[in-house]
Order: sequence, then C-alpha cells, then structure tokens
Amino acid sequence: MKIRRSTSSGQDTIELQMTPMIDIVFQLLVFFIMTFKIVSLEGDFNIQMPLASQDEGLPDENDLLPPMRLTLTANDSGQLAGISLNDRNFANFRELHDYIASRVGDAGPSGSEDAEVELDCDYHLRYEHTIEAVTAVSGYVDRETDEIVRLVEKIRFSPPQENAEASD
Amino acid sequence: MRFKKTEGRMLEADMTPMIDMTFQLIAFFMVLINFTASETHERVQLPQSTLAKPPDEPFEFPITLQLTDTGLFVIGGNEVASIQGLRPYLLNEATVLQQRQKQISDATVIIRAHKGAQTGMVQDLIKVCQENGFEKFALRAKEDVGN
Repeated sequence: MKIRRSTSSGQDTIELQMTPMIDIVFQLLVFFIMTFKIVSLEGDFNIQMPLASQDEGLPDENDLLPPMRLTLTANDSGQLAGISLNDRNFANFRELHDYIASRVGDAGPSGSEDAEVELDCDYHLRYEHTIEAVTAVSGYVDRETDEIVRLVEKIRFSPPQENAEASD
Repeated sequence: MRFKKTEGRMLEADMTPMIDMTFQLIAFFMVLINFTASETHERVQLPQSTLAKPPDEPFEFPITLQLTDTGLFVIGGNEVASIQGLRPYLLNEATVLQQRQKQISDATVIIRAHKGAQTGMVQDLIKVCQENGFEKFALRAKEDVGN
C-alpha cells in the first residue's frame, strides 16, 4: 500500500518493495505447476485370505451356493486362453458376469454375502486378466444410479500352481 | 525552465489484481498437490477396472507392496529382486505392529502389481505375506474412466 506523503511532515513516501515478493510468489507458482500431476483414481479389491487351515476346502452342505471355482488358463505369452467356472466354459468375461449375476441373484438378497469364488489361474497369466475376472465376478456399476452393485464378495486364490507342484 | 514537482507521483502499475490472482493460483495448486503419489512407482502400471473406486475410509494399517512387470518387488521404496528377500521387511512390519499392541491380522497389505505381471507372482506374494501372519489383502486397480 502506498502511503501518501503527508503535506505537513515532508517525509519521503514509504513504498513496499514488490519485486522480491513477486519473484518468490512466481517461483512458488512454478514449483506447484511443475509438481502438479493428475493422478487417476485408484481403488481396491479386498481379499480376506488367512493361511490355509486343515479343515478348509470342505464345503458346508447347508450352503445355498457351493464355492465356485473359476479357472483361467493362459497361452504361452500370458494372454487369456480360457475361462471356466466349475467346468462350464465361457467365451469372455461378459458371459461369465451375466452367469454369475443370474446365479447370485437367484440365491436371494444375501447371495452376495454367501457366494464365494476361488480363482485358479495359470502362473504366467497376465495380471490384468485376473483383475478383469475379479471385476466380472465381484459386481457391476449400475448405469442409472452410478453405484456399485456387489455380486460376489468373497474372493480368494487357490494355492499358486508352480509352488503346489514343487511341494508335491 | 521550471519543472513540476514530480516526487510521489511516479507512474506505477497497480499490482493488486495480479498478486490476487497469483495467490489464488498458488492456493489452488497447493490444495491439489498430492503427496500420496510418492507411494507409487513409475514402473507399475495398474490394471484397469470399472469397480475400482477410492475407498470410503483409509485402511488402518496399510502396507504397500508393488510388483513390476519384470518381477521386481518394491516395499517402502526398496527394490527387492527375490520374493524371499521380502521376508525381513515383512518381519519388520510385523514387529512394528506388535510394538503398537496390534494384531498382525489388522494390517492390510495393498498389492499394486503391474498389469503385465504374472498372476502366479502375485499369488506367491500373497503366500509370503500369509506365512508372516498377514490376512487382509487389497488388490489395487486403476479406475476405468473409459466406460
């Protein structure tokens, strides 16, 4: 702020030195612009997987939905070669998703809590296909409400294949 | 020749609007700056998923493990070549949790794996964590905005 010279005192005007402040302010501005990075949003698929116990794997006969075993096979380059759920083959994840949706939907409102899928993937399958499979079975985005509708909430992996072979 | 008294009548540009705008810009970038990006690794490109929405509340004890497409593990900024090399780090995390009087099973292991990584390696990673007592896992994916 510029203080006007008083007519009576005769003192010089006091002026703020703007230059250093503007220098610093511009440097700050440049710093923040340079470090600014648009980060795409990330989300998680939660998996509860304690170390396998002895009694695991025995299906409870009272379960409405027996555990579903989803097998993903890969070709030599790691691309997806086949999808099968309990020996039923699917051409793509869309079909798998529709099948899971009808099956879990039939089990009633609690179906999504009870349903369980075990993923059995080839060792060298590209990870993105695994995430595609997890996406297909775990739910979908309702186009009208833009909310996530959950299908299967319990997802776990079967033991890794190469390690299983090595331990035999 | 008489000169008019010019003291105190220097021609000055009005700086106020410029400084206003500049401060607003600084405030804007300061608010948006994201330091969590330091948790990411430039070599890890996450797979995309339409269901990957940011969680409503952060995990209580997150431990981030990253896996690059070449099979390199990254934990806490340290690059580890073999999966067995992760054990000391996991033991360290477990010790920290015990010192805080918490259960190891309370911690969540966030797995950020490259989309081209082998699924088997992710499973191996989970297995090593399980052997160290960790039970909760979160597979991280990038939000698919194209859909």
